[in-house]
Amino acid sequence: MEVVRISGLELSYGDLFSVSADSLSVGGGEVLTLLGPNGSGKTTLLKCINALLKPSSGSIEICGRDILSYTRNELSRAIGYVPQSHTPSFPFSVLDVVLMGRVSYLSIFQQPSKADYRKAEEALSTVGISAMRDRPYTNISGGERQLVLIARAIAQEPKLLLLDEPTAHLDFRNQVTTLETVRRLSRERGIGVVMSLHDPNHALMYSDRIALMKGGRILHKGRPVDVVNEGTIEEVYGIPVEMIDHNGRKFILPRV
Amino acid sequence: MQKKRILISALLLLPLPVLVTSLFVGIYSIDPFTVLSILAKRVSDPLGSAPWPEVYETIVFNIRMPRVLLALVGGIALSVSGASLQGVFRNPLVDTYILGVSAGAGLGAAIGIAYFAGIPGSVQFLSFAMGFAAFFTTYTVAKSKGETPVISLVLAGVIVTALFSAILSIIKFFTESEKLAGVVYWMMGSLAVTGWGPLSQTAPLILVGFAIVFLMRWRINVLSMGDEEAKALGVNVGRDRFVVLLASTLMVSAFVSVAGIIGWIGLVVPHTVRMLLGTPDNRVVVPVSASLGAVFLMVADDLARSVASFELPVGVITTLVGAPFFLYLLKLRGGSAWK
Repeated sequence: MEVVRISGLELSYGDLFSVSADSLSVGGGEVLTLLGPNGSGKTTLLKCINALLKPSSGSIEICGRDILSYTRNELSRAIGYVPQSHTPSFPFSVLDVVLMGRVSYLSIFQQPSKADYRKAEEALSTVGISAMRDRPYTNISGGERQLVLIARAIAQEPKLLLLDEPTAHLDFRNQVTTLETVRRLSRERGIGVVMSLHDPNHALMYSDRIALMKGGRILHKGRPVDVVNEGTIEEVYGIPVEMIDHNGRKFILPRV
Repeated sequence: MQKKRILISALLLLPLPVLVTSLFVGIYSIDPFTVLSILAKRVSDPLGSAPWPEVYETIVFNIRMPRVLLALVGGIALSVSGASLQGVFRNPLVDTYILGVSAGAGLGAAIGIAYFAGIPGSVQFLSFAMGFAAFFTTYTVAKSKGETPVISLVLAGVIVTALFSAILSIIKFFTESEKLAGVVYWMMGSLAVTGWGPLSQTAPLILVGFAIVFLMRWRINVLSMGDEEAKALGVNVGRDRFVVLLASTLMVSAFVSVAGIIGWIGLVVPHTVRMLLGTPDNRVVVPVSASLGAVFLMVADDLARSVASFELPVGVITTLVGAPFFLYLLKLRGGSAWK
């Protein structure tokens, strides 16, 4: 089943910059990567899919229903959003942060119940970070924080997971752990994933499909091997690259 | 965990002994045992004869009791408002008066004292109404394109405070010295209002505001993660934040209108609570702040009534105690409580 379908989407910031995307869809258990340089419109597109930004034209369907027909509550039960990680003002415990993923299931004056705690604990163990539950969210590493935000999104019990540059600021090991986790969750739970990435090799390794973006446009989309090649990467990033083949896996390297 | 639970329970019960002890304090000396006997008699045998002069009962029930209770609800109002505003503004350094409520209430009180001195209750009413007016001005000024970003609210609060203070200065300038003294004294904050009247008018408003914040205390946690994140998690940020601000303004305006401007409680108490409990979770910070705020203001007012042969403005005491204590906390934790 398609969890998100975008058609004829257009959003402009004054005359300076506009982002558009047409006939883009993601099914359950499928990972779509938005790949492109800084300022290519990846974050904008993600925010449109999460109704944090309103496109000027076009339509977005979430689980077969127009996004405009959703209330904020309903939308947050369907879509888990993992923002670029940041340090919050207050040192909440990891469990308290994950518990916040339950807010869309509660009314304005309601407190989280035992069942909500259970969902939060489950999300922690699904992501594999139960041991961290009582640590202050402000005192863990960037990689751990990224996993906590993913656990919080899982606690929302979403059909669709959006991640904005989940590997930014992470070390080599944490980049791999994070992306492995995302793909595993997608496969295990049939969650559709849309994420933005910077590294073409990560995109090649962890995506089912890639949309290659530049200047607010999707220039190429399709299966990783069809989309990522020397020509397209040079076109988008503007530097000479070469593609190598190692044991049947493809890698993009800058030509130096 | 067990230890923490005991600590929380102790802190929540603390206002009770402080309340009773505060009834012992006053210019007119009545020994604690007699005060307790008066309390006991009122409960067990209200109509019987008593070995103490009747004026003692009047002092305990009609002078001290309403005053101590006013300190209790006032402490709740200021500290809970501080805790909730710090949450929705995502900034632990926010004070109760950031939205301009104190400037509005001060202006209202000054107008009442200067021009409507003959009408009973006018100072209280005008101060309450103007406190609210200041909040609505701030909120309206901050709103653009249907959104009210935190930074706009803070800046609008600064602007509104400045404007209302300027108008207040003009009024002070044209007010004769006798009334001017009244305005100045009001600004310092005092609980020296008489009887049950003011208490019965403000306490219900404060309790309504408190109930709203209490019920939203977990949601305030979510709001403190930032607008976009809270929104993505499913919170109607604009609406929920407005409800918190409204409840906070209700509590603060209601209290300030009878007691004047009492500073530092909204800043010091929630901080102390977060440090004592080692958590920013508003599910415990809000109720424990209420309790500790009540204790702080009752004790401060006891001092105001007893350290000198005349009465000191309690607002001066809360600042004299609060500011150095805050400095101490800052030095003690090396600023780490803010990270």
